[in-house]
Amino acid sequence: MLLVHILVTLFLAAGIFFMLVGTIGLLRFPDFYTRLHATGKCDTLGGGLIIIGLLIYHFFHYAGTPLVPIKLLFLIMFIFIANPTATHAIMKAAYQTGLKPWRLGEKRQ
Amino acid sequence: MKRGGKGFGMLVTFGIMFLFWILLSGMFDAFHLISGILSCAIVALLSHDLLVKSKSDKMLLKSFRLLLYVPWELWQIVLANIDVAYRVLHPKMPIDPLIIEFETSLRGDFALVTLANSITLTPGTITILVEPERGKFWVHAIAKEPADALLVDQTMQKKVADVYMEW
Repeated sequence: MLLVHILVTLFLAAGIFFMLVGTIGLLRFPDFYTRLHATGKCDTLGGGLIIIGLLIYHFFHYAGTPLVPIKLLFLIMFIFIANPTATHAIMKAAYQTGLKPWRLGEKRQ
Repeated sequence: MKRGGKGFGMLVTFGIMFLFWILLSGMFDAFHLISGILSCAIVALLSHDLLVKSKSDKMLLKSFRLLLYVPWELWQIVLANIDVAYRVLHPKMPIDPLIIEFETSLRGDFALVTLANSITLTPGTITILVEPERGKFWVHAIAKEPADALLVDQTMQKKVADVYMEW
């Protein structure tokens, strides 16, 4: 059981780390497009890792409800499809309104 | 897929939705199963053409190849996140954004969506626009190296083309 707890903690910590990096990137990066790079990728993996941690915890502590881990697995799948699609949609909308991408050496927006 | 294609699509839609019904409800008594069958049948009847297009030959083979592609893609996602984490946390922020364009041999909806989402999830690149007729992609890259991975190596395009067999 100790091994399970260590594993779960590792997954949660990694997930939180990537979420944190995504947020720092959102604050540090110079323009709209680069900020989307930070949030679009880190939220996907961060959320996925956190859910994997919860899944393992539930699997070993509440063995009576085996459907819940499967539901969580589907949740990960949907996040991995929906998140890049949403990122792309926001990106496309910004590009079509004519927002100019930041180039190296310019002032941050 | 000339005759019977419609019925097949309905059956597949019904099967997938009923599996989902059982998964989400978790109840196996007669009332819940029968109401599940009824509502799945109605939805399958109305919207089977959304999930399964009639022009879906070699569907099983493609799904199988997609399953083989997913682990590689997951590994790429991990690499992408480490890459972004490095760029975010580095004091000098080594970024040099640029927009690149390239054409691919892909035409099918699923193939284009797979490649577009794969590009968005892999190191330093996000899809901006896709033009289905010519299979053309506009991609925003955060620095020079990720852009080269798409323009010069083209590993991802080749892998997706392999999955959907659209060279």
